[in-house]
Amino acid sequence: MTARSVLQQADIARALTRISHEILESNRGLSSVDGEADLVLLGIPTRGVLLARRLGAILDGIQPGAVAVGALDVTMYRDDLSKNPTRASSPTEIPPGGIDGKTVILVDDVLYSGRTIRAALDALNDFGRPRAVRLAVLIDRGHRELPIRADFVGKNLPSSAEERINVRLSEIDDSEEVTIG
Amino acid sequence: MRHLLSTKDLTRDNAIAILDVAEDMAGVADREVKKLPALRGKTVVNLFFEDSTRTRVSFEVAAKRLSADVINFSAKGSSVSKGESLKDTAQTLAAMGADVVVIRHAASGAPKVLADSGWIDAGIVNAGDGTHEHPTQALLDAFTIRRRLYGPDSRGRGLDGTTVTIVGDILHSRVARSNIWLLTTLGASLRLVAPATLLPVNTSGWPVTVGYDLDAAVDAGPDVVMMLRIQAERMNASFFPSAREYSRQWGLDDERVARLPAGSIVMHPGPMNRGLEISAGAADSAQSTVLEQVANGVSIRMAVLFHLLSGSDA
Amino acid sequence: MSIRITGATLPDGTSTDLFIENGVFVDKDTSTGSTTVDADGLIALPGLVDLHTHLREPGFEQSETVLTGSRAAAMGGFTAVFAMANTLPVQDTAGVVEQVQALGARHGYVTVRPIGAVTAGLAGERLSEIGAMAQSRAKVRVFSDDGHCVSDALLMRRALEYVTTFGGVVAQHAQEPRLTLGAQMNEGALSSELGLAGWPAVAEESIIARDVLLAQHVGARLHVCHVSTAGSVDVIRWAKARGIAVTAEATPHHLLLTEELARGYDSRFKVNPPLRRDEDVLALRAALADGTIDIVATDHAPHPVEAKDCAWDEAANGMVGLESALSVVHTAVVASGELGWSDVARVLSGKPAEIGLLSGYDTPFRVGSPANVTLYDPSATRTFAVSDLRGKGLNSPYLGRELPGRVIATLHDGYATVLDGELVDGDTVARAAHHG
Repeated sequence: MTARSVLQQADIARALTRISHEILESNRGLSSVDGEADLVLLGIPTRGVLLARRLGAILDGIQPGAVAVGALDVTMYRDDLSKNPTRASSPTEIPPGGIDGKTVILVDDVLYSGRTIRAALDALNDFGRPRAVRLAVLIDRGHRELPIRADFVGKNLPSSAEERINVRLSEIDDSEEVTIG
Repeated sequence: MRHLLSTKDLTRDNAIAILDVAEDMAGVADREVKKLPALRGKTVVNLFFEDSTRTRVSFEVAAKRLSADVINFSAKGSSVSKGESLKDTAQTLAAMGADVVVIRHAASGAPKVLADSGWIDAGIVNAGDGTHEHPTQALLDAFTIRRRLYGPDSRGRGLDGTTVTIVGDILHSRVARSNIWLLTTLGASLRLVAPATLLPVNTSGWPVTVGYDLDAAVDAGPDVVMMLRIQAERMNASFFPSAREYSRQWGLDDERVARLPAGSIVMHPGPMNRGLEISAGAADSAQSTVLEQVANGVSIRMAVLFHLLSGSDA
Repeated sequence: MSIRITGATLPDGTSTDLFIENGVFVDKDTSTGSTTVDADGLIALPGLVDLHTHLREPGFEQSETVLTGSRAAAMGGFTAVFAMANTLPVQDTAGVVEQVQALGARHGYVTVRPIGAVTAGLAGERLSEIGAMAQSRAKVRVFSDDGHCVSDALLMRRALEYVTTFGGVVAQHAQEPRLTLGAQMNEGALSSELGLAGWPAVAEESIIARDVLLAQHVGARLHVCHVSTAGSVDVIRWAKARGIAVTAEATPHHLLLTEELARGYDSRFKVNPPLRRDEDVLALRAALADGTIDIVATDHAPHPVEAKDCAWDEAANGMVGLESALSVVHTAVVASGELGWSDVARVLSGKPAEIGLLSGYDTPFRVGSPANVTLYDPSATRTFAVSDLRGKGLNSPYLGRELPGRVIATLHDGYATVLDGELVDGDTVARAAHHG
């Protein structure tokens, strides 16, 4: 089966810019309190972290100092650890200001069953108590197994369960695109 | 990974994967909630036929931080010391539904016998068997060396080009054996220094150089000097004439530490005989990693338990 | 009772019919209604003699009894075994050796010749009642503390001298005890890696060197049990060249297996002396071929399951060997061409009987000689299994291994103990033994 490209580099850039504006929109009046960002973007490794950094950069350009960016590894919180091959964990980086009382936006590349986000919500619990938690994803491919939905979506991409969706980002991959097939 | 019996079985990729997960586990100790749910519902049994409070507690903390249930089945004062066999104990633990058995045993190979026996289906972690191996100690030593050398850039790295000198009772040391295989796999080069009586009679198959002269080894400027514990009973069995003579010839004293390169590391698996194989000054120097080794032990054991209990091959 | 064996191949390669009547070979079939055994394609060996068996009775009947050990022996083609002294009570008095001898005679599967302890209680401190055992109904001629070395040089000298008085021989378990404190396997690169305490070759070789010099000095006969190292072979070769009256045995397992088997810590491979290196195995085979090592003896050492179901350090030493001995010798030295079948007859029958002063084995197959015969099918192969064992001990190192050959029939003093590859039942054997 050959993979079909559904988002190109420019599409991805556009989607992220749009999401950035939507985030600002829904957090109107957001500012830094005593120099500490009110909004925390936490990327879920591996590609969610890269997307969070890109969103952070865009938001910083619009409203400097308004957001902090980090990473949240959910490996140890998964409910399928003994069913799948051993996963390597990744570092978790919580920004210095922590997450207590902040609005946390979880960022991931693809939203599928929702189990990763469930694990992320559990993980978040062990780091503090955010005021609110939102979810931003580049792709929503459907097939949810849990009552979870994204607040910010780059592209809805209806897919069959057999299809594989591949997000490639130029920071770590040799191309920049989203393919399905 | 089904069992951890010997560091000889670890590939470089396996070993680095364990060290990398341990890096992430280390972060948990600094959090307010020092617990991960990864092994919720799993049962880890500490089966200690030999006393070792340090190692047992380290495994216990590791298992609990991963939310596993921990059962300590220690030999002293139990049926184990009254002649109940390894087999009966293993079958009892199997009936209790143990997922992992961490075993410490005075007989070399006992963990392998358990793993191969069919008496129990659990994953087996060798927590020290006779004079054979102590794989988690070697992993935590490698982890400690890597962190000292590379700090936050440790992930993904081996120990290529690192020079390590191990000094002391090599003959009876399971720590030495596990370190020899693991550190070599990770790219380090090893030198053993001991009196001839405390070296195995034949080390031809070992990837090491062997010498008797600690001063020459110190002057060679190794990145790491690892001191092994000397047990008093060796002296009575004529492995060396007296503690004084041993200390003078093969002890890491203040003068020898001073001659080491500034960035070198002094390690000891503990418990130390201060004044015998290592001076108090050397043990407490900035180069000493003794306390880091203890802390890192928990992270490594978390990583090992995680590797054994996650994954479809487990 | 008469038996006719047709078309058997003798060890020298000639083919013949054999006729047996009243326990001895006769020159032709005179009786009617005799049993006929078709031995076409089978090798007829003289009944095998094991100079080194542990029958465990009295005292350790959970491991083996005289009856079960005799059945294992018959199944392996043996018609006589020498039973080691480490029973409980120890075979160090006339009473105990007579009891063991009588048990063997009652069951009738094989001739059981007890070995007497050299020192009282195997304690290595003072001589046992050697004269009383020699003059008892058991007529003990071989004395050994096997399992323990007679390490005290003065005591060994006295034993060698005193046994000479009765025409006996001391069979030494050569193991310097201090050099082998806590020893678990051959000392070398592998023991270093596995962290198992080493059993150095020198601990065997130094005792053999001392003992051959002692034997020379006092003009006594010495037998060396289970020689296991190339160095020991050199010492014995040197001693024989000097005209010293020394004989030596190798076990089947030391002719086939090496220390590499310890790698998995499977205690079935734990034995004393330990399995050695490849070069030791090769040296033992060459020594057996050139006569430096005189005989093969099994050191059949049965243990209950629990003695082996444990960590290596905690496991008992020893392997069962009677049922597999001939096949192992076949694969180790016959298949390689180092020994022919007449050599096998020598090292597993004639010579061990000679060393142990057991009569009836010096002129096999000759008219008038006792009819002790083993019929062996050299073309068979089998994966050795628990079902091939007939003793109580299941601690065979060969389980799951492909072995050549099979014992088809064993005749002890003219009556069958094994027929068609299976043991004859105990009542029939006992009746035949007492009738004859």
